[in-house]
Amino acid sequence: MAKNKSLGRWLISGPPLLYLLIFFAIPTLIMAFAAFRFPGDYGGLLPFIDINPESGKNELLIHAGNWQEFLTFENFSRFFEDTIYVELFIKSFWYAGITTLVCLCMSYPLAWLIARSPKKYRDLLILLVILPFWSNFLIRVYAWMIILGPQGYFAMTINQGLALVGIAPIQLMYSHFAVIVVLVYVHLPFMVLPLYANLEKHDVALLDAAQDLGASGWRRFWKITWPLSLPGVWAGSALVFIPALGMFAVPDLLGGTDGMMIGNLIKQQFLDSRDWPFGSVLSIMLTLAVLMMAGLGMMIGRGRQRNAL
Amino acid sequence: MALLEIRDVVKQFGDFTAVNHVSLSVEAGEFFTLLGPSGCGKTTLLRMLAGFEQPDSGEIILDGVNVAGVPPEKRPVHTVFQNYALFPHMTVAQNIAFPLKMANVPSEELKQRVAEVLEDVQLTPFAQRFPHEMSGGQRQRVAIARALVNRPRLLLLDEPLSALDAKLREEMQIELINLQKEVGITFVYVTHDQGEALALSHRIAVMNKGQVAQLDVPEVIYSHPKSRFVADFIGQCNLLDGTIVGIGHDRMQVEIAGVGIAETLLLPDAKVGQKGTLTLRPEKIKLAASLPLDVADEVHFKGKVHDCLYLGDVTMYVIELENGILVETMLPNSAPGRAKFFDDNDLVELAWRYDAGHFILS
Ligand SMILES: Nc1ncnc2c1ncn2[C@@H]1O[C@H](COP(=O)(O)OP(=O)(O)OP(=O)(O)O)[C@@H](O)[C@H]1O
Ligand SMILES: [Mg+2]
Repeated sequence: MAKNKSLGRWLISGPPLLYLLIFFAIPTLIMAFAAFRFPGDYGGLLPFIDINPESGKNELLIHAGNWQEFLTFENFSRFFEDTIYVELFIKSFWYAGITTLVCLCMSYPLAWLIARSPKKYRDLLILLVILPFWSNFLIRVYAWMIILGPQGYFAMTINQGLALVGIAPIQLMYSHFAVIVVLVYVHLPFMVLPLYANLEKHDVALLDAAQDLGASGWRRFWKITWPLSLPGVWAGSALVFIPALGMFAVPDLLGGTDGMMIGNLIKQQFLDSRDWPFGSVLSIMLTLAVLMMAGLGMMIGRGRQRNAL
Repeated sequence: MALLEIRDVVKQFGDFTAVNHVSLSVEAGEFFTLLGPSGCGKTTLLRMLAGFEQPDSGEIILDGVNVAGVPPEKRPVHTVFQNYALFPHMTVAQNIAFPLKMANVPSEELKQRVAEVLEDVQLTPFAQRFPHEMSGGQRQRVAIARALVNRPRLLLLDEPLSALDAKLREEMQIELINLQKEVGITFVYVTHDQGEALALSHRIAVMNKGQVAQLDVPEVIYSHPKSRFVADFIGQCNLLDGTIVGIGHDRMQVEIAGVGIAETLLLPDAKVGQKGTLTLRPEKIKLAASLPLDVADEVHFKGKVHDCLYLGDVTMYVIELENGILVETMLPNSAPGRAKFFDDNDLVELAWRYDAGHFILS
């Protein structure tokens, strides 16, 4: 009986585990290994097995005497030697952080309103939130390029307003502003959905109880609604922050020369510079940084529990 | 001056009247109960006292102040909600400290008062637990402690024991009585359980369809129900329809159709020919194989056993009178070794004193 039960558990959890193993763990390991190798002459990695020019045969070139010709720490030292990489990391975290914060501030009231609206409208409203997903990502980004472009009504209206008070026209496209606006736009639903899923489950009786016990409107929010919604806030923030951090298409199209993010650099290493090992180093550093942040967040979350009065 | 006065309060939802011209007053220190069937407007009345609903007309006066328009958080009234509504992300101690924090009580005093009230409800060892780590009865006590800790003028309890099992409910009833005596806070208690109301209250308002059907001390509510509804709702009661056929100087004769004449207490404004209902508690009826006739002040009937219900401490006998009317009576099973005195279809005799019942004009 017990054996059957654990077998069943394995049958259910096995396939997803295997999937994760194959499509996440193994590529990560390959990449971690690639970070210690040299780039090949025409991209890719310097092969271990190749035609030996002396013998003219395919053979394993690496051995105890010459491993330094094949494995190196140089890619890592290169990352730390020049501050521009760390600076780009910080800038990307900054972009992703701002995006997450703006998404949170915009989504919270929206998710709350949807969660408190009559039950029959809720599904419809949620459908409207995810409606943009029905059109292609690039099309939506190009639409924003038109909106923000100098001939767009949005930019023209703003510049006309500025002209009235005597300020020179500004350019909206190809700026930090444009990148963040579109990052927020693209990721908004990923924040709204987990927040809504959380807020919808809240028991309104708790708010009545808090009010009955003397809590005014704002205190009810900060003492009851907000702490109970934290799991949704964390989930939404992770769903926005991590993809925003690795985004390269939006900065590519709207960022101009200094709108570059870490994702652009990684893409460049793999596709343009053909330096896979350094691209791998950048990816691994990014993964480590995100894991460190998640760990830090969890530690803070733990510390909050069961604190005294 | 009463602590709480409700004057002619009406509350409507659409064209449905949930509370219909209710007036009553509650004295300071009283354990006052609103009793009534489901949907009679008890919770609505309570929510108006707490401030969550506004009366459509009428006034609520608390401590001499009309509280119309005062929001719930500003009223010196706290509520124990039916499903407790404990804050799941706070420990027991934090839950109880909540109203004190909202009142900006300094932290030293706050800790001391939380400790005191935890002691009162015997939850000191559980202070650091979360609500989901507690049993139903313990959660109940947390909810009561949380509502009491800031010493409200009025404590409202909405069916606080309805989610507990029978045994625990009895224990909690005794605890509630003691707690109320100890803290001296006025309780307004809502229940649809008549036994609970009788056991706990100083006074009871029986409600029906948004109106107060009768307001009195438990003994009077039980023994002198003013209406058929109250008689039927409170405890077991025989309701015998009849007509007044004679009036004496302190009692009157009532004809119960097809059975005979029964003597009962005189009603002040009774007239011959009026119809009504004789209410008679089962435990006030004597039952035996044969009873002496002609005992002074007694009413005497014959019947046969229709049904027996063994209830443990007593056995309920349903007796069929000559015209087919069923009367419930009960005998205590106190004699050793005996639990049943009669079997179905045994011929028996019934008797009750003229003042055992109570005639209600219809
Ligand atoms: N917000 C509301 N909107 C419409 N009708 C309501 C509302 N609140 C209560 N009612 C109605 O008012 C009547 C009284 O409700 P109330 O909750 O006061 O009953 P109750 O006596 O507390 O019953 P119970 O013992 O079942 O809790 C019910 O018929 C109910 O349907
Ligand atoms: Mg109710």
